[in-house]
Amino acid sequence: MADLRELYQEVIAEHNKNPRNFRWMQDANRMAVGVNPLCGDKLTVYMKVDGNDTVTDVSFEGSGCAISVSSASIMTQMLKGKKIDEAEQLFKGFHEAVTKEDQQPDLEALGKIAVLAGVKAYPSRVKCATLSWHTMHAALEGEEWVSTE
Amino acid sequence: MNTQAGQATRPVNSAGVVKNTGATGYDVYRVREDFPILAELSHGKPLIYLDNAATSQKPRQVLEAMDHAYRHAYANVHRGVHDLSERATRAYEDARSRVQRFIGANDAREIVFVRGTTEAINLVAATYGRANIREGDEILITEMEHHSNIVPWQLLREQTGAKLKVAPINDAGELLMEEFEKLLSERTRIVALVHVSNALGTINPVRRMIELAHDAGAKVLIDGAQAVPHMRVDVQDLGCDFYAFSSHKLYGPSGVGVLYGRYDLLDAMPPYQGGGEMIRRVTFERSDFAKPPTRFEAGTPNIVAPVGLAAAIDYVENLGLENIAAHEDDLLRYATDIAADTEGMRLIGTAAQKASILSFELKGVHPHDIGTIVDHEGVALRAGHHCAMPVMDHFRVPATTRASFGLYNTREEVDALFASLAKVREVLG
Repeated sequence: MADLRELYQEVIAEHNKNPRNFRWMQDANRMAVGVNPLCGDKLTVYMKVDGNDTVTDVSFEGSGCAISVSSASIMTQMLKGKKIDEAEQLFKGFHEAVTKEDQQPDLEALGKIAVLAGVKAYPSRVKCATLSWHTMHAALEGEEWVSTE
Repeated sequence: MNTQAGQATRPVNSAGVVKNTGATGYDVYRVREDFPILAELSHGKPLIYLDNAATSQKPRQVLEAMDHAYRHAYANVHRGVHDLSERATRAYEDARSRVQRFIGANDAREIVFVRGTTEAINLVAATYGRANIREGDEILITEMEHHSNIVPWQLLREQTGAKLKVAPINDAGELLMEEFEKLLSERTRIVALVHVSNALGTINPVRRMIELAHDAGAKVLIDGAQAVPHMRVDVQDLGCDFYAFSSHKLYGPSGVGVLYGRYDLLDAMPPYQGGGEMIRRVTFERSDFAKPPTRFEAGTPNIVAPVGLAAAIDYVENLGLENIAAHEDDLLRYATDIAADTEGMRLIGTAAQKASILSFELKGVHPHDIGTIVDHEGVALRAGHHCAMPVMDHFRVPATTRASFGLYNTREEVDALFASLAKVREVLG
């Protein structure tokens, strides 16, 4: 099952069991709900952005598969302390890494989320991996609702 | 993928005697040889296809019948004066008669070829519904309907101002008959019921429900998509007004399905789509519509698929629907027993009367992860809401994992399913 382990790495299983920043955020000033109507998954992403456009806190809630939960968990770790445009840059980089057919992802630039780059080989699961990221993007854009459909 | 696995699954005991899995003498290993795709490998492992409620695989008898039709009897139907068109028309109309005998309809004109169950239901809602449903009228469905037997009635509700009532289920996934009875009233015009639930496996007591609905003066449509592959269906014995099913779940090709409708009802219904074939005479002032079933088959139909459907009907009748049902019941019982001993497994749908669908939840594991991991063991099953979101809501789950057994599945494949579920635990810790 070597190839399956490329998707379900131990770090993913671990984040799934113990998701980081998995909580409601009372004083969030950005928030969005992301749904994947295909599987019924639903995630809420909360963010606190200060006057310097810095993400000072980020958390999420909801239910989903190991891929979507671990991706959200890792995302929250990555975004804390980042500027808004850095966050958008990370989203863009990850999205391209798992959707662009003809391109080898720059694993170093991806940072921690590189553990999910293997999802590219599973087209039906790409939306699971990107759900929280789309939701975060929507929250920054001021939208409150995003669907992967 | 290459081919070799299908024949390798025939288990042989130490004496070299082939094991028989069923009680009926039904030889599932012989049957498997009719399905070329079962010899495929998936991720390097023998394919174990347990997604039959989504669609079924095709025996070579069906593939050959369609190949023969394309090679020897293909032209447009009902219009050519030439020999080929006559052959194609004969094959198409013979298929209609084959369907009529299969479901016990009184007359071949009561068989309308459509794209599938979904189109059949939409057709009834859009024609019978719009002609007969008024504001304040009631349409009664159940909580276990597939979206295809919910949304067309919601559309009709929007167009007419009718009310949509929903008969609830219990936590075993069985319909609450007393609630169903209570919801029937003199305002009920249409009752639309699933015969066998795709998400739960529940077999509804439709004969009794049809009686009750008729007593209330309503017409009844049965969604038989999951029923027809598992049991003998006789529309006159059931007494239903409309019955809908798809070919592709019955080991026939996709792209064709059947709407059965009582002739007097069909004859009074307006057309569904306008176009060629469905008219008698057209001028720019008006058109006269053809009689059923032609009135409802506008345009060039799927010419060859009904031929494949007829071959599929021959196939299941040669095996014997009773034998198929007994074999599948054996698989369901076998799987249900193992499930009871599997830690963290909760079955969704435990009706006393159930067809071969095992919908379940594995504690702490999302169905999509199960689907992906068992896929790597060659096991094809379904993860999701099965187009029955209200059922998911009832059981408070976002999705379930579903294994659904067909006439070619074996006990060894059920064992492989549970072995692959053990792998899920391994991978996700």
